[in-house]
Order: sequence, then structure tokens, then C-alpha cells
Amino acid sequence: MQVELRQIYKSFGPVRANDGISLAVPPGTIQGILGENGAGKSTLMKILSGFQRADRGEIWLDGRLAHIQSPQDTGALGIGMLHQDPLDVPAMQVVDNFLLGREGGLRPQRRQARAVLQELAGRFGFGLDPEAYVEALTVGERQQLELLRLLWLGARVLILDEPTTGISALQKEVLFASLQKLSEEGRTIIFVSHKLEDVEHLCHRVAVLRRGQLVGEAVPPYDTDRLVEMMFGRVVNLGSPLEAPPGDRVLELDQVVVEDRRMRVGPVSLHVGRQEVIGLAGMEGSGQQLFLRACAGLVRPVHGRIHLAGEDVLGRSYHGFLQRGVGFMPAARLEEGLIPGLDLAEHFALTQPHQGFMIQRQAAHLRAGTQIDAFRVKGTPQTPVEDLSGGNQQRALLALLRETLSLLLMEHPTRGLDIESVIWIWDKLKERCRQGTAIIFVSSDLDEILHYSDRIHVFFGGRVSTSLSARTTTVEQLGQLIGGKGWPEIAP
Amino acid sequence: MRPRVALSGAALRLGAVLLALLFTTGVLLVADAPPLEAYRQIVVGSLGSVKKITDVLVAWVPLVLATSGLLVTFAAGLWNIGIEGQITLGAIFATGALRLTLESGLPSALAIGIAVLAGILGGAIWALLAGLLKAYGGVNEIFGGLGLNFVAVALNVWLIFGPWGRPGVASMSGTEPFPDFYALPALAGLRLSPWALLVAVGGFALVFFLLQGTYFGLRLKAVGKNPRAAFVLGIPTIRYTLLAFVLCGGLGGAAGAVQVTAVYHRLIPAISSGYGYLGLMVAMLVNYQPLWMPLVAFFFVALNIGSIQLPIVLKLDSSLAGVLQGALVLFVLAVEGVRQRMRRSAAKMAE
Repeated sequence: MQVELRQIYKSFGPVRANDGISLAVPPGTIQGILGENGAGKSTLMKILSGFQRADRGEIWLDGRLAHIQSPQDTGALGIGMLHQDPLDVPAMQVVDNFLLGREGGLRPQRRQARAVLQELAGRFGFGLDPEAYVEALTVGERQQLELLRLLWLGARVLILDEPTTGISALQKEVLFASLQKLSEEGRTIIFVSHKLEDVEHLCHRVAVLRRGQLVGEAVPPYDTDRLVEMMFGRVVNLGSPLEAPPGDRVLELDQVVVEDRRMRVGPVSLHVGRQEVIGLAGMEGSGQQLFLRACAGLVRPVHGRIHLAGEDVLGRSYHGFLQRGVGFMPAARLEEGLIPGLDLAEHFALTQPHQGFMIQRQAAHLRAGTQIDAFRVKGTPQTPVEDLSGGNQQRALLALLRETLSLLLMEHPTRGLDIESVIWIWDKLKERCRQGTAIIFVSSDLDEILHYSDRIHVFFGGRVSTSLSARTTTVEQLGQLIGGKGWPEIAP
Repeated sequence: MRPRVALSGAALRLGAVLLALLFTTGVLLVADAPPLEAYRQIVVGSLGSVKKITDVLVAWVPLVLATSGLLVTFAAGLWNIGIEGQITLGAIFATGALRLTLESGLPSALAIGIAVLAGILGGAIWALLAGLLKAYGGVNEIFGGLGLNFVAVALNVWLIFGPWGRPGVASMSGTEPFPDFYALPALAGLRLSPWALLVAVGGFALVFFLLQGTYFGLRLKAVGKNPRAAFVLGIPTIRYTLLAFVLCGGLGGAAGAVQVTAVYHRLIPAISSGYGYLGLMVAMLVNYQPLWMPLVAFFFVALNIGSIQLPIVLKLDSSLAGVLQGALVLFVLAVEGVRQRMRRSAAKMAE
């Protein structure tokens, strides 16, 4: 289907999210939309998919003016959107989620849905269990489910909003292959991302947005520097990894084994020194998050010992870990990290180190203001966190971390942020390291892992590699390990 | 953009009130009653004289206490339906304390003070039960509270007809009234006790202060809005859930104690008088914010008291007050729902 956007305008108060954007996408194309956080990508896509209404502008589909009022309309027109945060019902099974939104009789045709689901999943090489509960799935698997559901509903235009954040390298490969296949079938794919590499690798055409305007378009072969310049208005370079001598031991793990319903992770023995940065790599759901949560005291290991600064802390509560200088930053921003309904100043008041009985409103406001400036959050102390964009919520989470920590544990620290912000955030984190903090982080971005870690542990199906030096490991090696190749040589 | 939202919110609320009035007028017309006369009777019946206004305040005291408590549990994201049982237990504990002190010959001021404290304790214990059931038993507080309400009513009736029954003639009219000097002193010639009023104002002030100005209140709100994130941020969520229950139960218990010591001077079967459920409605109507609660509570009890004369004057059932109250809450909630939708779609920030 041919999609044409004509002069789309959309403002939120004084913010011009879309400022007269026109874009035509021919059928069977994979169209990339690049732009940094807040460039207007998501807004444009929400308008096209009916989740938001434009102030002005027209949408033409196959040469006909489309009247889009709601997501139901776009569903009927064959436009489907894969959101950054999957829109599914976690407490239900995969097959029931698959059935949702489907027109049909009184009784859902579960058996038929199951067959279709398995057939579709097989076609794209997705390993989805129809009976599994969605809450037990990884982000990548939920995304696969959503993609199949949209296809079954008859989507001819697929919009993907930052689909590669939070999924593993392998899942990304599978996703890209499926998107290629779908475009060859004549479907139009709109791929929204701020990851140059992904866009360059996949897209037939690229449009770059900056501050609500279309600033340029490109076709392969892409000139990376040119794209970066269009996105940011200038050229940026990556920083350099920190060379830190391992000091005293902040965290010691001996033969730690962690379990949940799905897998057993370990045994892991790991000693982390002051100023060290440890990257945990692996496909989403390979056990690295579970392991990180064990380090935070959120999950109790079934076996092994944990020492924090020499003290045995096995069996202590999560809050006991926090009191001993551990900080934890979850990936699910609005579920585990922030409190929708409270504003930024209230968040800073809650995380203030010395709390009396009465709220020190002025102090909280002051701290909020300073941190908002320092972390370049687009908001004010009075902004409710749910009104922030995803990237700004991430910045807020980082800004809320306590100043003095001995160990900082992070899930996807820079998820949803553009390159420039990533570099800048890591500058801040490295500054903490210089002051003695050790960092352990989970990321599905291999470049981030290789670039910012001193040591790397790879997770694969609950197996954990020994420490790899970030300096001597290459992306290719890491990619193979993550995909389950080359394990015997490094297995303990 | 907040002030603008607040303004349109107030306007919408006013619209909802008008809709509720319109609806009630419709009901009156269907019932073949003169609406304006009915409304006039309610106003005269509640505000027509000093005596009537003080009667409204007598009912206002337990309602404000119960609603203040509910604001705390609502802040913590809890639906404390068990408030009715907590009021009842407060009344039972207060009665029990008075019965004990009656025999010991303590000075009456001290005895009444102990009775009120005992009432607070009784309500808090009953609420703590619901809280423990939720925190450790996985029982939703709505079901737990509802169950405990039935138990409280049964316990109350058993006491009235059994161990605490009037000698020889145990009846629905309650236990043997306490001697006059065992009641909170009332204003001359009126039913209103300034001491009871003081307890209500004190209870409200406490809650207002806790919710607006303290870390305790802020943490409570955090737990209410997102318990998981509150936990990750370092707040002991279970402790705050239980504290919210205890605080609410204590205030409910105080309401029950006031009913015994200042209003009925004995334990009666319907001692909670539905102020718990009415409090839930008031809390919803003020969107769980303390500021306007006392005023709205006054309006609600004024409707209750004012409609008492409807059966006599207009041959209308006094449940008209309930119709108007219910319609108000429903319309305000519906309008609020619409407003939230509008706000959500408008506030989706640009990305």
C-alpha cells in the first residue's frame, strides 16, 4: 500500500511535535524514520496509526484520502502499529492475546487461532509457545506476538516504533529477516529508530526528522556522517572506554545460582572491584536480568554466597542491599522505576537521602531543578512523570539515582536514548566510577557493552561465561557467544 | 498546563452537580412531587434554624472522621470497604471501656477520654486485620473488609442481645443507656457536643497535615500509585499499607466512639449509621483530596437531615437524599472519567 502524509501539523501546548511533515512511502518499501528523542517520530506514527489526531494535514492511502479518527479505523484500513511498549495483556496466554482485537462470533476460535499462530510463527522462525503466559515472555517475544497478531488482522502497512530496543541480537536478526520477507510480499514497512546501524542495515529509504520537521531523505548507500549531521545538526564521536585499576572488592559472588519459573542461571563466581564496569550480554531472557536482580537483593539465590564490601548479605532484603550502598535501575520505567501521578519534584523528595518528617519542598524543588538541568530532562519539577517522553523518563531515572553508591546495577541504562545522550550519560556514569562506584549493567546493545565495560559476561540460556576482557573481544565474537556458538572453549 | 486543567475540572464538576440535580428533579417529577418544594424543605430542614444546623453538625462529626480515614487508605491505593466494621468496633470498644470504668468509679472526663481512645484502638485493630489479610494472606481488602463488616455487625448484635443486653428486655433499641455524666457534654438545649466537633476537626487536620506536608504522606501516595516502583525506590510498601489501614481504622473507631459517647449514649445495632459507606461516596466526590472534603461532607449530611421532614410534609420517602447523593457521585465520576480521557489524549507528549 502506498502511504502519503501531507503537511502534518501537531502541537502539544507550545511544543511543535510535527511541523508540516510531508512524506510519501511507495508500496513494498522499508522506510526508515530517523531522529533523536523528541524529534517527532513517535507523534507522526501515532497520527498515522490513529492513536493521535493531527491538528492539520492529510493522510492518503493508495491515492485516496483516509479519514482516520481512531486505531479502529486504521485497523480496517490495514495499518498496524507495533508500539515501543507492547500493547498486550500480560495476565493472559499468548493465543488469547493473539485473538484479541479480532472480529468474530461469540466464541473465540482458539483452536483455529492456535493453528494460524503456529503457522505464522513458523514462517518467520519465531519460537512462540501459544500456551505461555505473556507476562513470562521477553520484550522480543512479545514483539513477535504483536507482529503476528497485526499480520493476522490483515495489516498491509506495518509501523514499528523503536523495535530493536530491548531485544537480543538474534531476535533482531529474525525480525529483520521477517521484515524483508514482508516487504517482498508488497507490504509497506515504516521503521522508526534512532539507531543508525539498524536503519542503514535494513531500510530501502530513510527520512530524517529533527525538531518536528523533515530535514532530509536518503537512499543506499548511506553516508553515516551525513545522516548523523542531519539528525543532530553536527557530527559526534564516541568517547573512549575508561581504564580503571581494580581496587577493593565491592561485590563478591561465590557459586551463585538463581532460579525462576523458566530457567536456572549459574553458577556464577564474580568479584567486582571499585571503579569497575561489568557488562552483561545475552539475548533478552537469557538469565542476565535475573542475575542482576540477585545482585540487587530482589531475587534470592537458591545457592551460593553474596558479599557486599566483605559482609555476607545472602538473605537480606532488597532494602537491606539499598542501605549498603547498592543502587538499582530497572528497565520498565513506568512499571518499576517511576510513579505515574507524582511529579518530578515529588520523585526527588522521595529519593532524598535525609528525610525528616516534614517534606522539604523547597529543597526537593531545588534538587529537581538542578538535576533536570544536569540531565537535560525536557520537563519542569511540576511535570508528572507520565507526561515525559520515553527518553526523558530514562533521563529522569538516571537523575534520581543516589549520589553516593558503592554498586550501581542497571538494566538497559540508555534504552531509548539517541547516540548523543548515550555518550553523555556514560560520561556521567564514568564520573561516578572515578569516585569509586562499581557498575554492572545489562544491555542488548553490543556496542555499548564492548565500549563501556571493563569486563563482560555473556549469558546464554542460563549459562554464564567467565569474564571476558572488553578490550580483546570483538563484536563478532560476542555475537557468536550470544547466539550460543563457541561455548565449550570458554565454559568454566 | 496544570492550572488550566484544574479550572476546566472545576467547571466540569459544577456541570456534573447540575446534571445530578436535573436527574433528581426528573425522579421527583416521575414521583409526582413538586421538586422546588422538596428542595426547599431539604434546605429548611437542614439549615432553617440553629438547632437544625447543629443537628447537621452532629451527623457531620462521624462522617468527617470516617472520610478522613478513607482519604488515607485511598492515598495508599486501598479500598477500605471495611470502614463500616471499623466504626462498629470503635463503638463496641468505647462501650466496653465505659462499662468497665462505670464500675471502677473513675472521674467521668477520664472515663470518656479512655472510651474514645479505646474506640480508636478497636477500629485500628479491625482495620489491621483487613490489612494483614491483604498483605500476607493475599485477600483483596474489599473482600476482607466486607467480610469483617459482617462479623462486626454480628458481634454488635450479639453483644446487644447477649452479654450487654438490657436486663430482662434485650431489644433492637440497644444497650442500657449510660448515665448522663458519662456522655460528652453537649451545648445547652442542643444535641451537639463541642468536644465531638473538636475530635472531628482534629482528625481532619491530622490527615490533611499528613497527606499534604509530610514524607509519610508522600510515601503513602507513592505506594498507592505504583507499589512496585515505590518498593524499588526503597519504600517499605507493606509497612505503609498496614499503617494506612491502622490510621483509617483509628479514625473510623473514633467515629464509632463519638456515636456512643456523644450521640446515642449506648450501643445500638445500627451504630455505624452507614457513615462509612457515605464516607466512601464523599471521598470519591472530592477526588480523594482533603481540601474540600469537610464542605462536601456537610452538604451530604445536610441532605440527610433535611430530607427527614419530607415524609411528613410532602409524603415523600426520605431516601430522596440518597438518590441525590448517589446521582452526584455517579455524575461526578462519569464526568471525571471523560476529563481524564481528554487529558490523557492531550498530554501525550511529543516524541
